[in-house]
Amino acid sequence: MSTTETRDVARPAPAKASPAKPRRGLRGSPTLNFWLFTGPFLIGLAIFVYAPILWSIWLSFFEARFTVTPDKFVGFENYTYMLTNDDFVGSLGTFTAFAAFIVPTTWALSLSLALLVNRLRFMRAFFRSVFFLPTACSYVAASLIWKMSIFSGVRFGMMNTVLGWFGIENIAWLVDPNPPWYWVVIVSARLWLQSGFYMILFLAALQNIPGELYEAAAIDGAKPGWQTFRYITLPQLRATSTAVILLLLITAYQAFDEFYNLLSKTTWGRPPLVELYYKALGESQDYGAGSAGAVILTVLICAVTLLQGKFLGFGRGEESK
Amino acid sequence: MTTTMPEVREPAPPSSDRDRRPKRGGGVMSSTGLYIATGTAAFLFLVPFYLLVRNALSTDAEITGENWKFFPTHLQWGNVTELFTDETVPFAQSLWNSAVVATLHTIGVLLVCSLAGYALARIPYRHANKVFYAVLGTLMVPTAVTFVPSFVLVSSLGWVDTYRGLIIPGLFSGFTCFLFRQYFLGFPKELEEAARVDGLGYWGAYWRIVVPNSLNFFAAMATITFINGWNSFLWPLVIGQDPGSWTVQVALSNYMTNQTVIFHLIFMATAFSILPLVFVFLFLQRWLVQGIAQTGIKG
Repeated sequence: MSTTETRDVARPAPAKASPAKPRRGLRGSPTLNFWLFTGPFLIGLAIFVYAPILWSIWLSFFEARFTVTPDKFVGFENYTYMLTNDDFVGSLGTFTAFAAFIVPTTWALSLSLALLVNRLRFMRAFFRSVFFLPTACSYVAASLIWKMSIFSGVRFGMMNTVLGWFGIENIAWLVDPNPPWYWVVIVSARLWLQSGFYMILFLAALQNIPGELYEAAAIDGAKPGWQTFRYITLPQLRATSTAVILLLLITAYQAFDEFYNLLSKTTWGRPPLVELYYKALGESQDYGAGSAGAVILTVLICAVTLLQGKFLGFGRGEESK
Repeated sequence: MTTTMPEVREPAPPSSDRDRRPKRGGGVMSSTGLYIATGTAAFLFLVPFYLLVRNALSTDAEITGENWKFFPTHLQWGNVTELFTDETVPFAQSLWNSAVVATLHTIGVLLVCSLAGYALARIPYRHANKVFYAVLGTLMVPTAVTFVPSFVLVSSLGWVDTYRGLIIPGLFSGFTCFLFRQYFLGFPKELEEAARVDGLGYWGAYWRIVVPNSLNFFAAMATITFINGWNSFLWPLVIGQDPGSWTVQVALSNYMTNQTVIFHLIFMATAFSILPLVFVFLFLQRWLVQGIAQTGIKG
């Protein structure tokens, strides 16, 4: 019996007729039970996850407008169409700009909030709840508050009122892409919504840093504040930071709700998913091109995940748990 | 042997965190400064909530008009009845739809994913690893990217505008299954072995021993799953073509893109869409925080 197995070492895998416990019969059969336990999940996974993926790949090689059972094979035409399509390529640019804004700002804000809350002695739970509460809101609800109240482009919108106190002219936040003020709206909405969530992650990580490290640093003469933060806190948070950044990237990549609701009926500021939504389910119902776009996106996100895993070691060592 | 098992993997109670926190008294930031900074940030985080409630209880003139006041003179409680009698958007129906969908979604996800996660972690089967990689592979494909073919599939099943169409395709979450597997890997083997000695099979041991001792983790996952189910937008938008099958998020979105914008109704609707989750937050925050800390760190 090899001992390096992580599985139950007491019972070798092909244990259909395990002589040690014959009386349990089928109830104790690992193979049967494995399929009994995983069966519902795997069947669903096959039908609702794998089948759509395969169907999508298949569709992407056909001319499929208004139909999902096309018969005109077009090879890579949909792919070349999408990759030379200004709207689709532009949406990738939109995503890049969005990620460049949202990932560092959320990282910094959620870490700052965690550091603040972690140092509070009184009302700690209260402040944690306050920062965490926006997580309860949906992107739709936040878009609504942002669009209709805070950043409504009129003179009496809240933001314009506040800016008016400083003598700044009204800004049409969402209706004019030049200059692109809509980024302020979109980034601030998402910051508000998700910072609390990542703050919780950072808080948990901060509390796992052994206090001895700080004591040792103090003995070595490190000044509390920036020095201990830079040389102790930050390195100790490395794993969490990496996970947070990857999660932020993936969620940014899948951004849909707030763009759809804040920028409805505009032709600019569309990230990839919104673009695909209009492409496939809009007037043209071009499932072929839409699927090709989905495949391109999937390949891109796999590449990014793998690259990041390679450089930052994320995703490996899940067996070590 | 039965119900008096100690809670497994009970996380340290929050109060003990305090002892472990580094002492950094007399740091750069004085206590006052610390509270001013935190207070300012908290104020900014609460402003949107305040605006929501204020606008929900105002008249349109008070929301968009020139004499903007922090507190409207007369709170318009009539807006509540107006919201639920308004014919243009079936808001009450959409609240009900969301409640049904989010609840069944949560129950289904927990049931299906926990069973699979348990088998992947604990049932010795020769090809378990291959199955596990097949599940992991789906994590690489963002579910949102497959919505086009999923929609096509679901519509060919005739599930558009139905609860089935809203709920079933979302049940098979590779990520949740993965999280359950990671959790069960750390479940104490001795408890299961004791169950075996008592003559329970895998199935019996799972329901009689494993689940009752994992209620913390189940509660945490349930809270997160419920919130995600309640707040999800893209899939209900695609599936809910008929207003009768809109979830509350789709209904809200329709208020926003409607031809005529009735501000106080929009804000009142938003307030009602958030209310259930605020209750979830107030009463279940402990599970939620714990769930996020556990799931996020394992990533």
